[in-house]
Amino acid sequence: MGMTMTQKILAHSAGKDCVKAGELITAKLDLVLGNDITSPLAIQEFEKIGLGKVFDKDKIALVPDHFCPNKDIKSAEQANVVRQFARKYDITNYFEVGQMGIEHALIPEKGLVTAGDVVIGADSHTCTYGALGAFSTGIGSTDMAAGMATGELWFKVPDAIKVVLKGKKKNMVSGKDVILHLIGKIGVEGARYMSLEFTGEGALDLSIDERFTIANMAIEAGAKNGIFPVDDVTLEYINAHSKKPYKVFEADEDASYAKVVEIDLSTLDYTVACPHLPSNTKEIANLGDIKVDQVVIGSCTNGRIEDLRVAAKILKGKKVHKNVRCIVFPATQKIYLDAISEGLIQTLVEAGVAVSTPTCGPCLGGHMGILAKGEKCVATTNRNFIGRMGHIESEVYLASPAVAAASAVTGKISAPEEVL
Amino acid sequence: MVLKGKTHIFGDNIDTDVIIPARYLTTVDPNELAKNCMVDIDADFAGRVQKGDIMVAGLNFGCGSSREHAPIAIKGSGVSCVIARSFARIFYRNAINIGLPILECDEILDEMNAGDELEVDLAKGEITNLTTGKKYSSEPFPEFMQEIIAAGGEIAYLRKKFAKQEA
Ligand code: SF4
Repeated sequence: MGMTMTQKILAHSAGKDCVKAGELITAKLDLVLGNDITSPLAIQEFEKIGLGKVFDKDKIALVPDHFCPNKDIKSAEQANVVRQFARKYDITNYFEVGQMGIEHALIPEKGLVTAGDVVIGADSHTCTYGALGAFSTGIGSTDMAAGMATGELWFKVPDAIKVVLKGKKKNMVSGKDVILHLIGKIGVEGARYMSLEFTGEGALDLSIDERFTIANMAIEAGAKNGIFPVDDVTLEYINAHSKKPYKVFEADEDASYAKVVEIDLSTLDYTVACPHLPSNTKEIANLGDIKVDQVVIGSCTNGRIEDLRVAAKILKGKKVHKNVRCIVFPATQKIYLDAISEGLIQTLVEAGVAVSTPTCGPCLGGHMGILAKGEKCVATTNRNFIGRMGHIESEVYLASPAVAAASAVTGKISAPEEVL
Repeated sequence: MVLKGKTHIFGDNIDTDVIIPARYLTTVDPNELAKNCMVDIDADFAGRVQKGDIMVAGLNFGCGSSREHAPIAIKGSGVSCVIARSFARIFYRNAINIGLPILECDEILDEMNAGDELEVDLAKGEITNLTTGKKYSSEPFPEFMQEIIAAGGEIAYLRKKFAKQEA
């Protein structure tokens, strides 16, 4: 029987001709990633193994992005643990404040991941790199420690859901709407232990930034990874960012899938996930009047240049509503710079947006935009769990950058057409 | 290993943000983390939980972020075992890696009350509700994972492995 795209990558990295769903394998790792929250614990555990060296100093990436630039003394201490470890073991890819960005935007941009790679990261949104045709998945700190020591890790080969995307999106409907729609359809555990393999002409019609957004939120459906086929769009991105050799894997024609889900993109409308689960989705027309106190545009889901372009297009010449704080976070220093040279930052600041240096910040209720009791926020982030962005009685609505920017102008959750 | 304890019941999709909110992630100390375990959905859990207690929950327990602080907070609070209809995959790995016993069991939740006393035989995957007298079974772990658990977690397992290679 044939293999899925994910199974092919795993078979290759485990040195096998063939693997089956459910099989336990040991795969070679091309990159091990950690951030300022998960790495200190991994470092503590790594030192307990007592090897005194990492498996490959070029294949570890450490990105202090969550509570950085540090929000308090404790977070500064944690970041310092990571910094000292990077110096001690001469880790090539440690990104200090000033060079860093949100890890899942930064890693592909720095060319550290390419098609066919096997990547683990002590951060659940490591699944983002599936957009480039890599197998990448989130793990915990202990697995990160084991990965840094040995350069390999055990995996249970996953089954897969095939997501066939057809047709063309209308208006300013984006990749974010596609993934929110899918999660609404299959639920937050709809793909638990499985891969989400995106395919169809609609998938290849998506920009690379949209593919990152979609793969990023595979975890919100419980998936182990999300993955896209490699096409010209992927290769153009890879060649522009990486010198690493890549390897293109394709799902076999006769691969078996646990389920096939078809989505006709032409029928999708702007989609919003209401509190307190990403699967709690509604199309904007059915949402009713929801006034917001804060708008957040950024994160590893939607802090890329295309997202900022959309936000600036909608906010150009307009003002953020007087009852709203609108905060924009470019996801990396490069995106920030590009946004400056394209004039986007000027447009946003003129509209009354607070623009921040790259950080995870409010996305996980860290800093730079925490919600008070009873406040509502529309965010381009990926999670709207209880207390995610602040007080346990605050509410987060997940939406696309277009919807978020329009909502900043009107003061309530709105479609972009309402302000354009 | 046989565990015995009183139960605390939780629902479906208990995410890692409620198990240990991000605002408390500035430490890796289990005792510190335990102080705020479950605080956002069960404010006095940390005050109520006794050593050896057992958590029983619904579907997709531990969904959300990869923070290993979540199983560490639970273990730090004295909980001896988590039984759920199903676990999110990163939480599942993390729990095994840090030596927090977890079991999947679909039926038990429907037939119990908070505070019931359970006995859990990990090796056999047998769960007995001592309050109601009912017995349940759970799929035992694959051999490979049992080795990790028996060694006391992944790091202890690796240390043993490397020690053998050097010898
Ligand atoms: S931006 Fe949010 S979801 Fe992404 S890595 Fe940071 S905290 Fe996690």
